[in-house]
Amino acid sequence: MKVNGYKVKKLDDAVKTYVKDGCHLSIGGFTLNRNPMAAVYEIIRQKIKDLHLYAHSNGQGADELIGAGAVSCLEIAYGGTGKFASTCIRFRKAILEKQIRVEDYSNYQMTLRFLAGSMGVPFLPTRSSLGTDIIKKWGFGPEFREQNLKLPDKKMVELENPFDDWCDTKKVVLVPAINPDVTIIHVQKADYKGNCRIDGLTFADVEQAKAARTLIITCEELLDDDYLKNNPDRNQIPFIHADAVAHIPYGAYPTACYKYYDYDPVFLKQYAEFAKNEGRYQSYLESIYSRKTHTELLDSVGRERLEMIMADKNRGYARKLDRR
Amino acid sequence: MDYTLKEMMAIVAAREIQNSDIVFCGTGISMLAAMAAKNINAPQSVIFFETGAIDSELEDLPLAVGDSRIMYHASSNSGLLDAFATMQNRFTCSHVVGILGAAQIDIYGNLNSTVIGDYHGPDVRFSGSGGACDVASFVSRSIIFMKQEKRKFKKKLDYLTSPGYLDGPAGRKKAGLSEGGPDCVVTDMGMMAFDSESKKMFLRGYYPGIIPEEILQNMEFEIDVTRAEEIKPPSANELSLLREKCDPHRLIL
Repeated sequence: MKVNGYKVKKLDDAVKTYVKDGCHLSIGGFTLNRNPMAAVYEIIRQKIKDLHLYAHSNGQGADELIGAGAVSCLEIAYGGTGKFASTCIRFRKAILEKQIRVEDYSNYQMTLRFLAGSMGVPFLPTRSSLGTDIIKKWGFGPEFREQNLKLPDKKMVELENPFDDWCDTKKVVLVPAINPDVTIIHVQKADYKGNCRIDGLTFADVEQAKAARTLIITCEELLDDDYLKNNPDRNQIPFIHADAVAHIPYGAYPTACYKYYDYDPVFLKQYAEFAKNEGRYQSYLESIYSRKTHTELLDSVGRERLEMIMADKNRGYARKLDRR
Repeated sequence: MDYTLKEMMAIVAAREIQNSDIVFCGTGISMLAAMAAKNINAPQSVIFFETGAIDSELEDLPLAVGDSRIMYHASSNSGLLDAFATMQNRFTCSHVVGILGAAQIDIYGNLNSTVIGDYHGPDVRFSGSGGACDVASFVSRSIIFMKQEKRKFKKKLDYLTSPGYLDGPAGRKKAGLSEGGPDCVVTDMGMMAFDSESKKMFLRGYYPGIIPEEILQNMEFEIDVTRAEEIKPPSANELSLLREKCDPHRLIL
């Protein structure tokens, strides 16, 4: 967080400044919606390594970071992108080949962990996962946790309700707070100080943003000073949390951005094909490296496909899009 | 009347949903079942998503629970925090019916959607819990979709991701979970329910053309089949509403 100042930066500068090798990172969005993909590709281009990624259900963004070899540790609830990959392919491969360490939580638990981080408390309780292997089986062993000062010593803790049977609850599970070094989110509107307005579902973006030491925002529209303040009820993240704002139209592409564009089924289907084959995936990665900016990537996709995914103004998605 | 097994499964699950239910649904056939109920037998039921949308219009079939199609004309668009709280909330949780799927299920309806093999060196890796463990922990009823295969109906799960009745009638209480648990399992051959006393799975119905023995052959554990009856195939009305209203472009069907 940086309280004051003009925070507009070029995306490559923001990534270079804040996302370092070994950094603990979280990215916003959900499966195939509002992932900060321009930033994900920039991280891949800069060949940043050894990231510790906190994900709830960050399908596409997480899979591309993992596929590019940027991630060494992953805490996650769900690695999938719906119909396009019920289990993300590079995610699955990296785990089976032991290229990454993985720790499983549930979606609610990951969200509570970000909330705890944003509130400044060490943990929050839930009744989720009692009696399951999510509690019993730890991906990160006690030794690894002890050596890694940025991790809590325990995955989670089961506790008798200290208020006896209050709320008819005998036991709770405590999940530890997450304070990522960096969170990156993509939003519909932001201003140069870092105020944000998200249209549609916020997923866990707000909690992730506020839990982070450093917040990078990419946005479809970058606005002047007072535009967002004229309707504050609609804003979710005030500027005091923000460190950098980059204006990246189509910054969530190939995932969707409600009211702006849909996901690109052609891209996501092709990606799933590339991901299955080592050689083709390497060529795919080369194509990401070879494009210096997100604009270059969009140019290679072409105007026609971007027009096909353009959202209907009153629906928020592309009604006529062929998704077969 | 010709129909596919997928259509049969969606309709069979939809028939379990009532007007007073708040239906939590995931991707694929689970989404379709919830939409089928809404369009056919339970128009007042409320569809809701772990991502935070409640009572979405669903003019077009979403391909994931993060799809923008769930955000259009909803009662509210919030986020994960709110959606899961609604299921943990002691007033709302008892109205929520979860629709889940998994890679493995055991006789008590516990589910595995994480790994096959050892957790630390798995042979197969799946997506993981997502919201499934949360839903199974919190809500009073759930409907589970499974493929009827021996390797999926297991004596012992490789990993217990989402709690059913755990180890029997007292399992959930002992673990500290609320009452509730799985209601039924819909497969491509029939439907199982859970005995109110033993909490063990039993065969409640089989599809036309299937005999109970065939179902038993496709499970690793034995279940009681004496209570099973043939399940009515989808009616012409059910099928046309499913095909025309829910998935006209055949994205899932």
